[in-house]
Amino acid sequence: MSLLAIEGLTLTTGGRELVSNLSLSIAPGARLGLIGESGSGKSLTALAAIGLLPPDIHAEGSVLLDGRQVIGARENDLIPIRGAAAATVFQEPLTALDPLMKIGRQVAEPLIRRYRREGRDIDRRGIAREVRDLLERVSLPDIERIVNAYPYEISGGQRQRVAIAMALACRPKLLIADEPTTALDVTTQAEILELLSKLVDENGMALLFISHDLPVVARVAEEVAVLRQGELVEQGPVKSVFRAPAHDYTRMLVAAAAAFDRALEPAQ
Amino acid sequence: MSLVSVESISFGYSRDEQVLRDVSFQVRRGVNVGLVGESGSGKSTILKLLLGLARPNSGTIRFEGEVLKPGDRAFMRGYRRAVQAVFQDPYSSLDPRQRVDAIVAEPLRALKIAGPHRPIIEAALRDVGLPSDAISRYPHEFSGGQRQRIAIARAIVARPQLILADEAVSALDLSTRIRIVELLGTLSKAMTILFVSHDLGVVASLCEEIVILEKGRIVESGRTSAVLAQPKHPYTQKLLASVPRMPA
Repeated sequence: MSLLAIEGLTLTTGGRELVSNLSLSIAPGARLGLIGESGSGKSLTALAAIGLLPPDIHAEGSVLLDGRQVIGARENDLIPIRGAAAATVFQEPLTALDPLMKIGRQVAEPLIRRYRREGRDIDRRGIAREVRDLLERVSLPDIERIVNAYPYEISGGQRQRVAIAMALACRPKLLIADEPTTALDVTTQAEILELLSKLVDENGMALLFISHDLPVVARVAEEVAVLRQGELVEQGPVKSVFRAPAHDYTRMLVAAAAAFDRALEPAQ
Repeated sequence: MSLVSVESISFGYSRDEQVLRDVSFQVRRGVNVGLVGESGSGKSTILKLLLGLARPNSGTIRFEGEVLKPGDRAFMRGYRRAVQAVFQDPYSSLDPRQRVDAIVAEPLRALKIAGPHRPIIEAALRDVGLPSDAISRYPHEFSGGQRQRIAIARAIVARPQLILADEAVSALDLSTRIRIVELLGTLSKAMTILFVSHDLGVVASLCEEIVILEKGRIVESGRTSAVLAQPKHPYTQKLLASVPRMPA
């Protein structure tokens, strides 16, 4: 059974269709890249998957997350699925983190929620130990300092590692990453992509990776879905879609990405 | 003689923080230069100094051999005519209350260039591939890529010799980005571009020469093809290896 099964999802606001009749599914442990340019509806699709759509957006169709219907569900029924079924890492780690809370406490929050959800107890020393363990797993240096630091006191790449640690603290079956490296430098991006790949593998998580950047998606995803103005135009294995795109729009994107790649080849 | 000559400049916003250390490079007429670095490398500070918005603590910047004098109004008037800029964010760099004709005409007014301005503006809009009815519309009526075309039209309207482009395509979608890079490539037949970016692929597409900046120092520079073929400095090697590529 699919971990995430979206069927005929249509999102509208004020009579305008933002996403049209979209269907896609992710099996446990699978990695799907959702590609689209600005305004294509890719982030809205991710928000719809976890029931976090803004109130002015109307959703039709079906979203089954870990077997439970998200569309039309009451907030109280969604709270227990979030975190357990899916956790999200957003683009901008500075706004995703609470600026007034030390890193240690921010990471502790989802951790404590998970223990409560699982009906287990954990004391303060146990929390401190697990927080450090999580920060170690995302390869943060100097953990003593970072635990007691505020978000503004660490770098952008370090903040994104903290956001990933918070997502891991939930032990989700599906990790949703919405442009997680777009705000980062290229060398930091390479490190974060490698880290994400490794963690998804180690934890047997599924991955929904949203990006406008084709080569970035190629680094982490096996399957790819291409979204254009709210419509899914093409879907398939990364290698075959990028090698032989079937839709004109995908062909144009692949050609543009390949042109910048070629410019980097000194032989040309 | 170089168009721009940056000669061992150092700069810090405060006494104990050096943003640029002994930076030197040349921009020759007709040869686009890419200034590449990550956040905090000092690349935007270099642009600030080149625009005369700040002065180096030491070192000299020359334009066509003449020392840049930000306080000298007569010098700056000629300099502004010769050097224009395009910024990263096409949403914040255009005045939302002005029509496109007023936005593009701004350098003509500021530089007191004789009119009539309308044919000059129309020519600039044509050069950047905007439809002729764009002239009487407002920025919010345009997409991000079209707004960047408006910003480029404003930069080229007074026919400058040098365009300073600060991450001018970074905020654009891939399909738009490639068209704006092509546009800049076409325009650079008539003017020179100093293109500041973190994006090696874009720089390689547009610039014959490249300057790699790390933490306020130049670590490597030269012909783009040569630097990319055989990057000598470990930082350049790391940068190049970090660029994600399409699967082979």
